[in-house]
Amino acid sequence: MAHFLFFLLALVCVGGVLAMIFSQNQAYNALFLVLSFASLGGLFGLLNAPFIAVVQIIIYAGAIMVLFIFVIMMINLRIGIPPEKKKWTIYLSVVLALVLVAELILSVKGAFQGLSQSGGEEIASPTALGKLLFTDYLYPFEITSVLIIAALVGAIILVKKKEEE
Amino acid sequence: MIPGSYFLILSIVLFILGIIAFFAKRDLITQFMAIEVMLNAANLAFITFARAFNSLDGHIIVLFIITVAAAEAAVGLAIILLIFRQKETIKSEDIKLMKG
Repeated sequence: MAHFLFFLLALVCVGGVLAMIFSQNQAYNALFLVLSFASLGGLFGLLNAPFIAVVQIIIYAGAIMVLFIFVIMMINLRIGIPPEKKKWTIYLSVVLALVLVAELILSVKGAFQGLSQSGGEEIASPTALGKLLFTDYLYPFEITSVLIIAALVGAIILVKKKEEE
Repeated sequence: MIPGSYFLILSIVLFILGIIAFFAKRDLITQFMAIEVMLNAANLAFITFARAFNSLDGHIIVLFIITVAAAEAAVGLAIILLIFRQKETIKSEDIKLMKG
């Protein structure tokens, strides 16, 4: 059952990204990506990480992609993007990406055997995560809040229309 | 239990698809989405290893990555919006001057 669920979610996830590559409409791209990220949240659930799964679905598939869709709505290209010309860079990027796949798989191949045996069954509870976040990782956690404030202020300042215009 | 190597291979495939999408697409917003795909592939690898080593640190890193990705998306989309207002285009090949 778990294997079936894994292959289903993996198929949806990879299929969503592939559909994003082949589709020309930006709004559809964003929706395909929502599907892909939601199924990735399911995969996190399969990896015994329920809290991360929920955060993935709420923040990634929810908040960040809504931000993308809002910007697509504001840009509102009436003519649309003309279909891409068949460029040699696309083929070159695919070939180089396949080379990179081979390299990455070769580099982690030694870890596969140990990876399939090790690992516990216990579920990462939000309580344990919260304790770790407020003890060992307290400073990174606080610095993150500064980062978010900076990003928020920066984004508003950037997009704000100047008064003389 | 599903072996961790399956998840690792899926993570590699997602990362590569993100790279291909980044180079194959020509509009800034879709390229930005491709970057998000790559970040998610990294998240998947982190969670896989967190389960393999029975440690919670990978989960914390993933939480931080998601937070930073949210901040990055806000600033990046603001910059894309600004580029569109100035140049009326979001095709990356039309943006080749440092100073408009």
